[in-house]
Amino acid sequence: MTPMTWAEIQPLLWQASIETGYMVAVSSALTAVGGLLLGVLLVLTGRGGLLATRPVNLVLGILINIGRSLPFIILLVAIIPFTRALVGTTIGTEAAIVPLTVAAIPFFARIVETAIREVDRDVIAAARAMGASRTEIVFKVLLREARPGLVAGLTITVIALIGYSAMAGTVGGGGLGDLAIRYGYQRFENTVMVATVVLLVVFVQLIQSLGDLIVRWLSRK
Amino acid sequence: MIQIEGLRKAYHSRGRTVLAVDGVDLEVRQGEVYGVLGRSGAGKSTLLRCVNLLERPDAGSVTVDGVDLTALPERRLRRQRQRIGMIHQHFALLSSRTAAGNVAFPLEVMGVPRRERAQRVAELLDLVGLGDRAHAYPAQLSGGQKQRVGIARALAGRPTVLLSDEATSALDPETTTSILDLLRDLSQRLGLTILLITHEMEVVKRICDSAAVMREGRVIEAGRVRDLLARPGSALGQEIFRLGTPPDLPDTTIVDVTLTDDAVGQSFVADLVRRYDVDASILAGTIETLADGQVGRLRIALPGSAEANAAPLRHLRDAGLSVEVAR
Ligand SMILES: Nc1ncnc2c1ncn2[C@@H]1O[C@H](COP(=O)(O)OP(=O)(O)OP(=O)(O)O)[C@@H](O)[C@H]1O
Ligand SMILES: [Mg+2]
Repeated sequence: MTPMTWAEIQPLLWQASIETGYMVAVSSALTAVGGLLLGVLLVLTGRGGLLATRPVNLVLGILINIGRSLPFIILLVAIIPFTRALVGTTIGTEAAIVPLTVAAIPFFARIVETAIREVDRDVIAAARAMGASRTEIVFKVLLREARPGLVAGLTITVIALIGYSAMAGTVGGGGLGDLAIRYGYQRFENTVMVATVVLLVVFVQLIQSLGDLIVRWLSRK
Repeated sequence: MIQIEGLRKAYHSRGRTVLAVDGVDLEVRQGEVYGVLGRSGAGKSTLLRCVNLLERPDAGSVTVDGVDLTALPERRLRRQRQRIGMIHQHFALLSSRTAAGNVAFPLEVMGVPRRERAQRVAELLDLVGLGDRAHAYPAQLSGGQKQRVGIARALAGRPTVLLSDEATSALDPETTTSILDLLRDLSQRLGLTILLITHEMEVVKRICDSAAVMREGRVIEAGRVRDLLARPGSALGQEIFRLGTPPDLPDTTIVDVTLTDDAVGQSFVADLVRRYDVDASILAGTIETLADGQVGRLRIALPGSAEANAAPLRHLRDAGLSVEVAR
């Protein structure tokens, strides 16, 4: 078998890049929302939090730890029924987004928790002393003050999602990782392998630089 | 202005109970600067945090400006808190907001419309002498400037009461002085009642009208600073005058004489020498200038036993001085 020509490879790369971009973008957006929500809840219900409730905090913590301890490839299979119930199918890009999001939310939630806990207790006390409500404290103090940490954490999460998305090929999700395995590894198409790796490295670099830039801008203080 | 009655607050952690505030009664009058002193762990911060109910007391009541805060539901308590300003040792500014943004925060919470807010923020920053640093972030300000922002922010709600937890402990002496002068000035101009916690005697001397000394959750003495200092055996007096332990001199009576305004500048020692022909010598002494006058304490050695010196001692007492035989 002759190696594939660049003209044959190019559309494959293009298609795979779009699939990866799509999977990562959608799951990142969902993760940002879900992770923020869970992370904030973790802090609020935790010790000394504004809504301290031990049982809720305990349950949340356990759920998050379970989510974080499952290897992605196992989670992918384990939640197939859930995926089907949610998007009506278990194969394809849409179906891959479900496990990606489910895996990334607990990961990001812990980062959110840590970032918010970094917010100075005195500042929270000061806001309470000024008569701020809990909602105002969450949005105007906690989330706002933690912004640099939250963005840095989201950057890490998006990059982790690019990694996870490579496994999405297992459920026909496509993407660069899938391309590398099917062509580069199984069919010994070295050019494809090298091209996908280069593309992935470029994506990761771009996202990291963008993240760093935003963090630097947010912490101009 | 502030009435604290039977206040009690305990903390429980890992099976241990700490009585941080153990039955405190305190009254702070309108327009007064009231200092709370005491060693680390005496319960000062806890007491202060109970005044605006950041910490809910286990027992007792806190009345500020005629409103019993302990009886209020959450919503009304939040509104009432806007009338109580608070400043903090480490400033507690929002690092993501500029000086102006920080001062605007309480106004946003109060629902002041944007236009009015901007104007009020400018006024407040001018009031604390920071009109030109409105757009600086806290990290770009010095400690003294940060505390000025903190003070401007605390004044945003036109409070009647200002609470301060060691607002100058993180500042150098000069900056401390300028912040204290600012507070004193504000208390006079705005009729603000200030309840402040401090470790620094300088603060008490410079701006406090009254003070309370706490030990292990209780107030061991309280009153007007000059009255406390005039009282022999006062813990505050000991801290401020620091005459040390009296030396052990054979056949000598050592007395500590406390003088208030009228006595400062009087020649009572010379008087004593002339009238009773005693060889009085001064061992130690200080005269302190307070917010509202002068108080001093002198340690004098008189030859002979206390009995032998009965007449001179009576003379001093009759002259209106408080005299305590130290040895
Ligand atoms: N949140 C808390 N949980 C448990 N114990 C506490 C808490 N806050 C204070 N305490 C305890 O209560 C006591 C009084 O503390 P507080 O902070 O009021 O003292 P303080 O007089 O302000 O001391 P310092 O001068 O060091 O600030 C201390 O024994 C302290 O350990
Ligand atoms: Mg304290």
